[in-house]
Amino acid sequence: MIDVQGLTKRYGRTTAVEDLHFSVRKGEILGFLGPNGAGKTTTMRVLTGFLPPTLGKVTVAGYDVMAEPLEVKRRTGYLPETPPLYTDMRVDEMLAFAGRIKGVSRRELRQRIAETAEKTAIGDSLHKIVGHLSKGYRQRVGLAVALIHNPDVLVLDEPTAGLDPKQIIETRRLVKSLAGDHTIILSTHILPEAAHTCGRVMIINAGKLVAEDTPENLTARLQGFETMRLVIEGPEALARERLARVAGVGGVSAMPEGDGRVEFSVQMQKGRDSRKELARAVVESGWGLLELRPVGLSLEEIFLKLTTTEDPAEAEVAAPESSREAATA
Amino acid sequence: MRNIWTIARKELNSYFRSPIAYIVLGVFAVIFGFFFYSILSMFIRQTFMQAQYMQMYGAPMHLNVNEMVIRPLLMNLSVISLFLVPMITMRLFAEEKKTGTMELLMTSPVTDLQMIFGKFLGAFFLYAAMLGLTVLYVLLLFRYGNPDWRPLVAGYLGQLLLGGCFLSFGLLLSSITRNQLVAGSLTFTVFLLLWVIDWVSEFSGTRMGELASYLSLTTHIENFSKGVIDLKDAVYYLSVIGLGLFLTARSVESVRWRA
Repeated sequence: MIDVQGLTKRYGRTTAVEDLHFSVRKGEILGFLGPNGAGKTTTMRVLTGFLPPTLGKVTVAGYDVMAEPLEVKRRTGYLPETPPLYTDMRVDEMLAFAGRIKGVSRRELRQRIAETAEKTAIGDSLHKIVGHLSKGYRQRVGLAVALIHNPDVLVLDEPTAGLDPKQIIETRRLVKSLAGDHTIILSTHILPEAAHTCGRVMIINAGKLVAEDTPENLTARLQGFETMRLVIEGPEALARERLARVAGVGGVSAMPEGDGRVEFSVQMQKGRDSRKELARAVVESGWGLLELRPVGLSLEEIFLKLTTTEDPAEAEVAAPESSREAATA
Repeated sequence: MRNIWTIARKELNSYFRSPIAYIVLGVFAVIFGFFFYSILSMFIRQTFMQAQYMQMYGAPMHLNVNEMVIRPLLMNLSVISLFLVPMITMRLFAEEKKTGTMELLMTSPVTDLQMIFGKFLGAFFLYAAMLGLTVLYVLLLFRYGNPDWRPLVAGYLGQLLLGGCFLSFGLLLSSITRNQLVAGSLTFTVFLLLWVIDWVSEFSGTRMGELASYLSLTTHIENFSKGVIDLKDAVYYLSVIGLGLFLTARSVESVRWRA
């Protein structure tokens, strides 16, 4: 559905995206992960035809974005970081305008408005003024605007930024439900978000692709060790010894919590799931197992790992660039 | 065509959703009303002196509503629009850039030219509505006098062309910035310059003066106000409108390259 070959985008002397290659299959959700200023927004703008690429070939829904931008735009829905809404319009007027300008025929317009409003759960606010809506609601109206012409490809730039936890969960569920009918690319800088919604994740930093995989593999691969967190009611020294003997355990560190409880942090070897063995070891020794869960790495940690192990200078380059993008955004 | 119309309608609606349309129309009605009143009362005072004039010169005074009321009114009208058009055009692109809605327009299947024509038309309709208000006053003249309607048509045509020039340059200046105030004040400065440029012709060499008066937007309105439709003036206005829209297209296009 989307095919990007050697995409490079320069603004004057600064290179925002360099030699990016990727493709997205129909119905897939691809997550774009990276810190601010990594080139996520720039890539998305190229995909939607807002910006022309400096170099490279970008094909969306079978059309080249440079040669046939109108065909691409007809098949793409784009939700920028700040939803592009006219604050003085009513929600239904906003949707009607978006529909007309995106080529929805007069006959279908009313039906499309009703459908998208239902999908994005804004049906009860159609007569409210956009400017009076809360941030979460505006985000949903923005999504409805992107969906109004039933596009094949949906490009969402940080769809959950600035929302409260409940709204984040709703938005994720909504995005997930849209996959299949639509091919979706979404950007985020929160790893769990990508893990929850995306089938595949690409990490970019300073305009370059750093890693690409499923969220689970990515987490596992990058960690080398998986970390388990256990809370046990029992003797600290004995338990530590017992846990260290479980097959696949690389290291154990303990932190007493009081009331006879101890929190253990257990390093597991890569690709090995020893949760059952761990649980059995604790229960058979007659101690209370209060908690056992894997601890994932945050994006920040993964990032540090990726950027520091491969090229330490790059991580530093990324910092001033992020402030530049923040200023122009 | 449908895209142009969609955008034009959106622009016109947003003028009436915000206070701009009411301020522009209201201010215009007050100022034009003042000019109408003062010019007409002067004319009426002169008609009272008709008898005296007859006695002194033995011939009736030459009094003509078209020449003495309508023509100065139309000339004043162009000066009023010079002040009000920046208020109409300053938001056209600057606001969209500031609020980010430009991204919606530029990722929709609409060409730059459709977008520009749509915006131009939307603003033009508001300008035409403003001119429409003056028709009320003119109808009053028809009720109590008998002016000739033909020069009036030419006069209004001239006003529409002049307004088109103002609007197309206002649109251009709105497209170069995301700050409405900058767009508005630049537009006003440029209009003022184009208006006063023919004052140069009064005290400079003939060539220079000729050029200056040809360039001035308001000298060309004189013929129209007299009721003369001169091809030279029409071509001047149409080419200025074309130039403004062409430069706007270049400016909008550059947004894609400069980002």
